[in-house]
Order: sequence, then C-alpha cells, then structure tokens
Amino acid sequence: MANYNISRRTLLKGTAAAGALGLTGVPARAEVNWKKYAGTKLEVILAKGPRGDNLQKNIKEFTELTGIQVESEQIPEQQQRQKVVIELTSGRPSFDVVHLSYHVQKRQFEKAGWLADMTPFMKDPTLTAPDLVESDFSAAGLQYAKNDKGQMLSLPWSVDYFILYYNKELFEKKGVAVPKTFDEMVAAAEKLTDAKDGTYGFVGRGLRNANMTLWTNFFLNYGGEFLDAKGNIQTDGPEAVAATKLYQTLLTKVAPPGVAGFNWMESMASFTQGRSAMWIDGVGWAPPLEDPAASRVVGKVGYTVVPAGPKGQYSATYGDGIGIAAASKNREAAYLLCQWVVSKKQGARLLQAGGGVPFRNSILNDPEIQSGVKMPKEWLQSVIDSAKISKLGLPVVIPVAEFRDLVGAALTSTLSGADPATELKKAHEQYRPILERSEKA
Amino acid sequence: MSALIQSTPAAASTEAAPEKELRPPSYWPFVVPALVVVLAIIIFPWVFTIWMSLNEWKVGSPTTFVGFSNYLRLTSDPRFLEAVGHTLVYTVLSVVLPLILGTLSAVVFHQNFAGRGFLRGVFIMPMMATPVAIALVWTMMFHPQLGVLNYLLSLVGIPAQLWVFHPATVIPSLVLVETWQWTPLVMLIVLGGLAAIPTEPYESAQIDGASFWQVFRFITLPLIMPFLFIAGMIRMIDAVKSFDIIFAITQGGPGSASETINIYLYSVAFTYYDLGYGSAIAVVFFLLIVLLAAVMLYARQRMLWTEIASGA
Repeated sequence: MANYNISRRTLLKGTAAAGALGLTGVPARAEVNWKKYAGTKLEVILAKGPRGDNLQKNIKEFTELTGIQVESEQIPEQQQRQKVVIELTSGRPSFDVVHLSYHVQKRQFEKAGWLADMTPFMKDPTLTAPDLVESDFSAAGLQYAKNDKGQMLSLPWSVDYFILYYNKELFEKKGVAVPKTFDEMVAAAEKLTDAKDGTYGFVGRGLRNANMTLWTNFFLNYGGEFLDAKGNIQTDGPEAVAATKLYQTLLTKVAPPGVAGFNWMESMASFTQGRSAMWIDGVGWAPPLEDPAASRVVGKVGYTVVPAGPKGQYSATYGDGIGIAAASKNREAAYLLCQWVVSKKQGARLLQAGGGVPFRNSILNDPEIQSGVKMPKEWLQSVIDSAKISKLGLPVVIPVAEFRDLVGAALTSTLSGADPATELKKAHEQYRPILERSEKA
Repeated sequence: MSALIQSTPAAASTEAAPEKELRPPSYWPFVVPALVVVLAIIIFPWVFTIWMSLNEWKVGSPTTFVGFSNYLRLTSDPRFLEAVGHTLVYTVLSVVLPLILGTLSAVVFHQNFAGRGFLRGVFIMPMMATPVAIALVWTMMFHPQLGVLNYLLSLVGIPAQLWVFHPATVIPSLVLVETWQWTPLVMLIVLGGLAAIPTEPYESAQIDGASFWQVFRFITLPLIMPFLFIAGMIRMIDAVKSFDIIFAITQGGPGSASETINIYLYSVAFTYYDLGYGSAIAVVFFLLIVLLAAVMLYARQRMLWTEIASGA
C-alpha cells in the first residue's frame, strides 16, 4: 500500500513533468529512474534520535522503491560525531551516508573535503524528483548545506529552532501575560517565582557547553554577531556582555537552585513537574511534554517564539543534514537515499510526530500535512513563526566544541557571581589563539 | 649413495660446531608470541603516543613536528592545571573514604551475627552494577528540586543542598557515588585479611585486658596493613583514572569544577580532535600515575621496616 502511494505520486509527477516538458519540446523522458541502482548495498551512520528512528522505521519503503538494501546504525550523538570523524580521517569510512550536525561539523567537514558534491546530482532529472529544488529549503538550511563555492554538500534534513515553552496554569494563577520582550520576560519570571513553594519563573541550560545554545538566543537579540568580516570572534563585546547579564539574572534570580549544572534533561524535568514556569530550548521537546506518562503539564503548555531583544528578534537555529561520504563508491545510490530521507513523505511523518522540523518549506507550509500534526496547534505555530526569524545559533568555525566549552564555562562562572565582562574577556583570550591555529592549519 | 653417506658426517660436524656457540636458548620461540603482543599493544602505542605529543596533530589537517611546544602549552593552560588539582582531590578522597568505611564494615561483618551472609550479599551489590547506569540514577537523586536526597535531608531538617550542581560541592558529591560503589571492594579484601589473622594474639590480648580499640589498633590494624595497601593501590589506580561516573553525571561541570585530567584529555582528543596536545596530556598523566604508585610503594616499604623495627 505504501508502495502504491509512492508509485502513484511518482506517476503524477512524471505526468506533470511530461506535460510541462512537452510544451517546451524536450523529450518527455525526464523521470527519476529509481530502480537504476537496484541491488546496491548502502551503509548509513545515524545519530540517535527521532530522525534516525523515522528513517529506520520506514526504510522498507525505500528498498521497495529502489531495490537498494540499506544497513543503518544509530549511535548517541556525541559518540556518533567522534566515530564519524575518526572513520572519515582514515579515508575508508565504513559508511556511504552520514548524518551530520551542521552547527558543530559544517566547517570541519568542508575543510577536510569529506562530503561528495551533490550539485550535479540535483541537476540531473533522472536522479532528482522535480519537487526537490534548492529554493524549497529555508535560508538557514541552504546556509548550512552549501560551501563557499555554492556547492551542495548535503541535504538539509531537520532544523531545530529555540522556542519559549511556558506553563499556562502558573501564568494564569499569577495573572501574568506571555512576554514579548526580554524585559517582560524578566518581570514575568520574577512574579512567577515562589521559592517557598518551590516554583521558579525560568529554567534553562546552565551546564557548560550545553548552555551556549540558550545564550546565543540572547546574544543574537542584543544585536550580536559571532564573527567580524575578517573572521575574528566577537564574544567579548557589549552585546555579549549584555546577553550574559540577562543570562546571569535569569539563571540566578528566578531559576531553580543548581541550574548551573542543568542540561536539557534536568531543565525538562523541572518544567514537566510544573516547578518552572518558562523554559527556552529546542523545538523538539513537545512530545515528552505532552506525554501523560512523563509529564504533569500535559495540555497546559504554551508554545511561542523567543521574546525580542533590544536589537531584534531571532530564534537561534541549529540543524542536521544528510550527506554522502566522498570516499563512497555508491554515490548515486546514496544520493537517492538522501533524497528519500528529506522527501515530502518522510518530512511529513517527522513533523507530524513532533520529532523534528523539515527544512523544506513545501512540507512545513502544506495545510494537509499541518492538519495531521499530532502536537498542539500552538507548537506548530511557534515553529512556523520561528522559521521566519531564524538565525544560525553558533559561529561557523572548526573549533566549535572549544568555543562552546570556553565561553560556556565563562557563563557558568557568572552563575556563581563572577563578573560577565571579566569572564567573557578571559574566555576570549583563551579561545582566540585556538581559532587562529585552526584557520591557519 | 656413497656421496650421501660421506657427506652426512661432514654436514653434521659443520652444523654441530656453531650450534654450541650460537644456538639461541631453546625456549625463545615460546617467547615470541607474547613479545609480539606486548610490542604491538603496549610498547608501540606508547612510543607512538610520545611521537604524536611532539607534533601538532589535528584531525583533518596535516601534521608538523613541533618539539616540546605541546608540553610548554600545558604549563600555561589553566584548564589543565585545574584538572590536575581536581584529580588529586578526587583521588585522595575516593581512596581514603572507602578504605576507612570498608575497614569498619569488614570488622563488623567479621563478627558472627544472624543474617550475616545475607547482609554481606546486600552490601556488595553496588559493586556489581554498571557505573554509567548508577551515575544516571544518582544524577536524578541529586536533582536539587526533585531529587530524593534533598527530600531525605528535609525530613531531618537539613536545608536542601546543591550536590553536583554547585562548583563547591560537586567533587565531594561525586566521591560519595564512588565511595558508595567501591567501599564493598575494600570490605571484601579486608575481610579476607581478617580471616587469615590467627586467633592467638587476640586471646593473649584478652588475658592482658586490652580494650576493643587497643585490640583493633595494635593487633588487627597492623596485621591487615598489607591488605589495606593492596586495597589502597587498587582504589588509587581506579580513582585516578575514573571516568564513567564523572562523565555521566557532570561531564566535568558545573563550569569545569569537576574536570579531572581524564575528562579534559577526552575533550581535547575526541571533541577538539587535537591529538598532539591530547597525547602530551596522556604522557604527563602517565608520569603522574607512576609517581603516585612510586610514592605508595615507598610508603609501604617504609611501613614494613618500621613494623620490623618496632617488632624487634
């Protein structure tokens, strides 16, 4: 039955394409030959999570469509990143298709030349379905997937916007309105904090490294830019200091004790138990928040965009993509798989389950797909609104991990009372030589 | 045929002569497999690590020989210096506490009482669990808002603590987990020691009217000292290279308050992919472990001499 759907869709597309091409007089043979690489075997390495699950669950459909056999494994994100880098360095990776985190690995992969160029494949009508066009991907997705020369080195798979989760019940009890700006957010958080009762206005990542993904929402909205025109890092300027002061205020005055050690897991625990009223984090947490077995706030969660700062309103954006190892011998078959992974059908499933947000506008804006979303409507709206104000959440450099660790440690220190400007300066001094070394190499 | 007969003794004699001088010991072929294995998996990696530490060696970029500059970088790297301090504090605490508690529990479990076997079994259960699984459970127990530890404290009127979520308390809290898990090991070793002690000294002490503390201090403790050293050595080696519990609970945080050398080394080598610098850290770390082991062995030697001196 699944097979029937796909072949019907392909048929329709083929018919449409044939009709269109017929007008131009080009022979109407421009149809994807899905079966051309039947019998090929592909290896895929995935980071553990809903994206990987979605692929593995439905991979039979791909095999039915193309006759290509796919072996895949899911490894926890951090370990997957290491394994992939080590194997790619060796020159003979055990996989053809790789799932990568753009915000950490983009620059590293480009500089090392580990990914195959997909640009020619995308122009080949026998390999690419007519609905897969560059312009369908959001700007952030293209920024991530393309290198300086404009080559597509991967297909943008799933985007992670940061949004504001809030507890409607606590807001109503205290008569607080949903904040639209940072000032309103601080004021609201103060009103919502009741330390005696054990509830707090705000919760978010305080743990070094993890905390950077939250902080950049503040940094961007205070008008911060990570790199200047010459590629120097700028995280000790007035924007960074202002963002850090806000971070310090929220996480020390109106957040639960111990937040300096919180990652998303501890933050989510506090929020799902109704002990924190606001939480800024990635868009993918709606399923656990709406799961009665894991959450006490089912049906009481509000979803909205990150409040505006004095210099703008952006949602810090992260994302992952799927690419082909340059060393793979089955590039065309691998490309068919990548294409299927970001196809409308797979993207719709991902969005509808709340497990991720496709980079493709044609999926996100399709009313039929939207109506099938199992998460609350507000969540979907926050996703659509965030897409409009999306901005990359980390600098596109090779030593991203060092950046997150050093500036992240500075942020954590401010939670024990250290001065933001001094700490940022210190982190900056430590990080600058690392960045210079990596760009020089 | 005759040629063969004639040549045989000649060949035999030419072979026999050097055989006496040059023949290698007959056992050497049996050494080869072990030698190859040792060379391949111990010596070679070590030499290679030292070689890497003398190079600027980053994944994805060409390597260049830089001499000792990675080592010089270590001396001015505040994160590394802090990590050394954290490692020492963590190690000392997680050797001393299990030793004390393990010895006490061994003395208790050495007594005869009802249900002893069952309780011993319960007591050594933490040791059987997987450290990472334990770490995840403890992380939630430490949670300042929702954790069971703060709830228990609240029952006896002690204010809530931040445990692993505050730089000042994170190392003691991690040591708590380590102690909880490894005290049983010390107990088992010491219990073995206690079982080996003859009963005569105790009988004469009883006749001389020694108190419980005197018996423990002057008879039990000296006699189980060798076992305590073994336990201490095992604990030290384990604690200094402890990784799983720290990594799973705090990843070296908050900030870098619980970042030990091992955790930092892991970040440098496998998150920053700076293999040259990581190797330099590994070499220094190794030297530190050798130094600690040497100090322990020296202390042990001294202890034996004083034992003999005071005994004589």
